[in-house]
Amino acid sequence: MISASSTIQIVKALGEEPAFKAGDRVRISVRYPVGHYRVPIYIRGKQGIIEKILEPAAVNNEEEGFGRNAGLKGWYYRVAVPLTELWPGYDGAPHDRLVIEIFETWLERI
Amino acid sequence: MTTHDHDHDHPKIIDEPMPGYYEIMETAVRELLVEKKLISPGEIRRQIEVLDSRTTALGAKVVARAWVDPEFRARLLANGRAACEEFGISFYDDTQLIVLENTDKVHNLIVCTLCSCYPRPVLGLPPDWYKAKPYRARAVKEPRKVLAEFGTEIPDDVEIRVSDSTATVRYLVLPQRPAGTKDFTEEQLAALVTRDAMIGVVKVNLEQGIAV
Repeated sequence: MISASSTIQIVKALGEEPAFKAGDRVRISVRYPVGHYRVPIYIRGKQGIIEKILEPAAVNNEEEGFGRNAGLKGWYYRVAVPLTELWPGYDGAPHDRLVIEIFETWLERI
Repeated sequence: MTTHDHDHDHPKIIDEPMPGYYEIMETAVRELLVEKKLISPGEIRRQIEVLDSRTTALGAKVVARAWVDPEFRARLLANGRAACEEFGISFYDDTQLIVLENTDKVHNLIVCTLCSCYPRPVLGLPPDWYKAKPYRARAVKEPRKVLAEFGTEIPDDVEIRVSDSTATVRYLVLPQRPAGTKDFTEEQLAALVTRDAMIGVVKVNLEQGIAV
């Protein structure tokens, strides 16, 4: 039987584990790379809370936008953003919110 | 020349307009892919057949089962894709499915602001309004007004939770089971569940379905 004994330290590579956990506060980056990468303009620069880590890790969307569908993988998160944060003057209920999937490279810890 | 000597009791038959820019591009790319033998016409036809075999009835079955079977409901909420696969609903693409449960405190609404992401394996093709810009833009900005235009009034103490489906995950709303359906069979319940209820623009009510 081969098993990882408690004396062996497995060091995980960068990006192998999600950098954020549920409840973390984040800001969505303001960047304008060329290509198709699934971060709507309206959400950039807004602040939200990580609701959930999405399993399994997925292909980096900025790579995928150029047809590179293999290799580097990373984490998507469901990020909750209050509609009052998104739209100044939002006149619905104050607890209304948007939840959106954002790739880890677009998230900044705050 | 064709003869055209009958009385005109039908509207004028209008020829299809010239194909647009993107239609021509799609035809050109498709023909190139076929010519280079990357895909075959049979494969394209088969994928259309796959899509056409997916209808709202599949999603309605899943919802009705969740209403009558608490263990299935728990599995569905934990992993939407795996639970649908129990029904033989295969996911022919790389998408996952998250099922969003409506409660007395939360009403879920689904949109894809970037394009037309939709839980096609479970619901088939989306309605045209779902793909149109007014819905896509307004669902994230003034969801209560959009819902009101569908005839759906959500009280202010209920949270509206809009899910913008932009990447690898698709969403399906699990509506609330309407009151007065205690004695309904699973089939009768499924008949009440409409496409719009699983997108979240309406609630399920007894008047919508055939099992009134």
